[in-house]
Formats: sequence, structure tokens, C-alpha cells
Amino acid sequence: MYLADDEKAMLDGAGGVAKQKAMELLVRYARALGAERFVDTQNIAGVPGSSTLFLQKYFEEHSGDGGFEAVFSLYDLDAAEVMAVPEVGGNCCHLQGGMDLEHWADLGMSQEAMLHQRADEAELARHGVRIMKTCTPYLAGNLPVQGEHCAWMESSAVVYCNSVIGARTNTEGRESTSAAMLTGKIPDWGFHRDEYRHATHLIEVDTHVESVMDWGMLGYFAGYAVEENVPVLTGAIRQADPLRHKHFGAAAASSGGVEMYHIVGVTPEAANLEMVLAGRKPLVTIQYGAAERRRVYEMLNANGRDPNVDYVMLGCPHASIEQFRQVARLLNGKTIKTHLWMFTSRAVKTVADMNGFTKMIEDAGGLVMTDTCSAIARAVPKGTKVVALDSAKQTHYLPAMVDVGAWFGTTEDCIHAALTGRWTGELP
Amino acid sequence: MIILVGRGIVGGCAEGEALVTRQTISGWGGIDPMTGTIIETRHELRGQSFKDKVLVFPGAKGSSGWSNAFHMTRLTKSAPLALVFNQMTTKIALGAVVTRVPAVTELNEDPLDIIETGDWVKVDGDRGVVEITKKRT
Repeated sequence: MYLADDEKAMLDGAGGVAKQKAMELLVRYARALGAERFVDTQNIAGVPGSSTLFLQKYFEEHSGDGGFEAVFSLYDLDAAEVMAVPEVGGNCCHLQGGMDLEHWADLGMSQEAMLHQRADEAELARHGVRIMKTCTPYLAGNLPVQGEHCAWMESSAVVYCNSVIGARTNTEGRESTSAAMLTGKIPDWGFHRDEYRHATHLIEVDTHVESVMDWGMLGYFAGYAVEENVPVLTGAIRQADPLRHKHFGAAAASSGGVEMYHIVGVTPEAANLEMVLAGRKPLVTIQYGAAERRRVYEMLNANGRDPNVDYVMLGCPHASIEQFRQVARLLNGKTIKTHLWMFTSRAVKTVADMNGFTKMIEDAGGLVMTDTCSAIARAVPKGTKVVALDSAKQTHYLPAMVDVGAWFGTTEDCIHAALTGRWTGELP
Repeated sequence: MIILVGRGIVGGCAEGEALVTRQTISGWGGIDPMTGTIIETRHELRGQSFKDKVLVFPGAKGSSGWSNAFHMTRLTKSAPLALVFNQMTTKIALGAVVTRVPAVTELNEDPLDIIETGDWVKVDGDRGVVEITKKRT
């Protein structure tokens, strides 16, 4: 592969041993991909150096050091030695983590794990990484521009970055983002390149898609239908906004591997169908009508049997401020019968606090938490058997991860379940 | 013996019994990295472990935690012996690199049509060669 002078210099050790090891890992990765060169990136979102207690103890036991720089060196950079890690360059942020630092005990976390996370955060700050702690960096202060080359993790953020913003990123992983933070380089492959961004699969929507739930279900269908390919959707897909795109993309990236989608007349690289398909015929044309819509709903409710709900989880992907307003208004002055946890970023929570939304939710008996979610933390309230969700993504993951029954519906269905303890949602 | 030729993306040689699926695999949320077991709700391999098997599959899907989940299986000694797959993605490229097991893709014939669970498979990641000995039926 072609290496630019600055890349060769880093490989030769000119920037120090940590940059050298980071560059070596990126070269192994780029060669595996079959990439021909690197692209410069200054916008990197990952989880550098984070360690669970398992990782910390593993490296303490096997290498005599389980600290931040040890985990960054041995695990993130896959190096053989512990190195001094220099400050990162560019606009680097840390995505979601293990626990809310205030309500960690509710999540079943130990004080040891909480103190460990605090120590990791101090290290992140010392190394120049912005602590954002969310799967929705685009709602919390990292919003790229169209055409910007990024290196992001978090499948729901990646699909949003490519499809809605028109910036360019592949679904990077922990190791590649950590290496990119030190080098400012990522393989020039996939969604960094024009030819990869065209759609190959056409989904013709002939049912009305307007609600957040319907956008989520359509995304879930699209992921199953196209797997890792790029779909273009046509039809009556209404009321596009960040919230609806957030739910569509997260669902499509869970049931399949969708990293980019187009909606004709809606997303920035889809002015018309010919342009999106680069003048070619679609490889596959798929219909989404009333029957498919019902099948998706039934699939998402396949783990729903017992109507007695004991936990409602909201905020997957992390809740936006409009979702806080909606939930706060639905709960205002009432008392819930189940547990209710709502997850968001620290940035949005600050705004929710200022607007009184957090207090309204907590006065009703709910908890607002940041940094994580039930799936990431593998945490549900003690004794939970049945959970109600308004996110197709969380419905996809949570029952497999913590062995609970799950209902999927609208946010209103979920709040109704929280207030009554019973699931009564139906396909509208 | 059947020989397939492709492109090695991680070097080294390994051999063992094949575990084959026509369904893509999720990393984070799709496997238990402590045991190498597939946990995705509707996956045809749900409940089966790829530990010490040659994993033959179409490719990766799902969360960006794919590489991390497979990287973890290396630490817990639950990693597959080798990877044979069709669809190149950043998830699988990075995952294979950090799992550090021989990995081959772009084979001259679809390995999913040829390899069945239980076949004995030798993967040479340096030369990009996969040798298959069919199990006795």
C-alpha cells in the first residue's frame, strides 16, 4: 500500500513508540481490508483505554500493570509492551461507558468499578480526549460537516454520520479509533470513497411511515432486508427529523450491518434515485407494505408473552431533549408502578435538568441516567422479568443479553405500561 | 481433500473442526466473549460455541464492538482457531487482526457451499489457502 512521508516517519518511530505501534496496527488493519492508502482524520470517536474490571485485572495478572496506559498499549494498540501514551491530536471524544457515576448502585455496579471509571476519566482528560459518554455524539457536541472524514465507533452514530450528516466514516472499532487518535490516520476504504456510498438495494415503501415507532420498524426491516449493503428508500416516509433518523439508523445497524442509507428527497446524497444508484439498476428491489410492517412488529414482540411489565427502559439511542419533554409531560404529576430508567448523554441531561424534565420524571418515580444503557451495562432493576421498550435496537439486544421478556411499542405505550404495570400496546 | 484459494488477511496456520453458518454474526451482543458462545436470539447457532473451531461464516454484522468482543475471546481463550468468511467489512478486518487467528477471505469458491459443520479444515493465512477434509457420513 502507498504510505505518505508522515506515515513512514511514524512507522520509523519519529513520533515516539506509541505512535509507531498505533501506525503498525493501522497498517495491519489496512492490509487486511485491502486498502491502498490512508486518509487524514481529525474527528475520532471511540472508547480509548476504557477497561472493565476484567480487563484491568487481566493485565495486572498477565503483564503486571492494569492502568490506563497499560490497557491502551496492550489492548487498544495490541502492542507487546506498555508505553507512555502522548496527548491525542484532533477532535477526539469518548463514547458511552459502563455506568452513571451518580446512580451506579442502582445499576448493580460496585464502588470499586465506579472509582475505576472515575480514574479512567481523569486519564482521558489528561490525554486530551473529550469525555462525551454517549452513543449520540451528534446530539452532544460533536457534529461533523458534510464530507468530513471521521473515524467513529458506535454503529448507530456511524449510520447517522454517513446518512444524515453526509460526513464519511466506516464502522470503526475500539483498536482502530484509539490508533487513529494518536496518528490522525484511518484506512481510505469503504465510506471514505465516493463509489462505496451509492445504493445497491431499493426499498419501495408503500405504507405510511411517520411516527418514531414506524421509522424504527422500517429501519429494522431494512437491516434484515439488505444486511450490510446500502439501501435507498422511496415512498411516503414523512417528518424526517434527527429523532426519527436516530431510531431508523440504530435499528438498521442492529438487524443488519447498515452503515449508510439514502431516502430520496430527504438525505443529503439522495437528490434523486438515479444519482443514488449511480445510474445503475438496483441489484435487489424490496417492497415494504402493510404485511411487512406487521411482520416486523411481530418479530420485535416475539419475546413478549407476559403482559405484566416491571421495567420500562427509554433512551436507546440516548434520548434527545424532545424525548425528555415528551416523557416528562406524559408522567407529570403521576406515579409509576414499574421501574423506569431513561438514558441520555451528560450534555442532554444538563439541558433536561434546566428545563425541569428530570425532576418531573424523577418525581413520578423514574430515574434519569447518563453514560450507558441497560444493554451496555447489562443492568436491569433487580428482579426484572419483563421490560417495555420503544427502541427496536434495544429490543434486538436486551432480551439476548439479560434474559428478560420484552415488549416493543411507542413511547406512549411504554409510559402507559409504567403507570399501570400492564402492556396494552398494539400495532396502530 | 478440497482446496480453496483466496486472500489471507491474518497470517499463520491452524486446523480443526469447522463450525459453519450462513448467517452473519454480531460481535458485541451477539456472542459471549467469556465462552465464545453465540447468543443472538434468532441465530441458527444460538447456544453453540466457536471456541477451538474453524468458524466459517458470511461475515460480521451489528455493533462496532465486534473487534472488541472477538479480541476479548483471545484473552479468555475462547477464540476460534481460524476465520473463513466472504464479506469484507471493517468490523471483520479489525476483529481478525486483533484476534490474531489465521483468517482467509475472497476464496475462489463459496466456502459456505463446500464446508459443512464437522468437516476438518486447515487454514493457511500466509498463503491464503483453505484445505477441507469432508467428515465421514
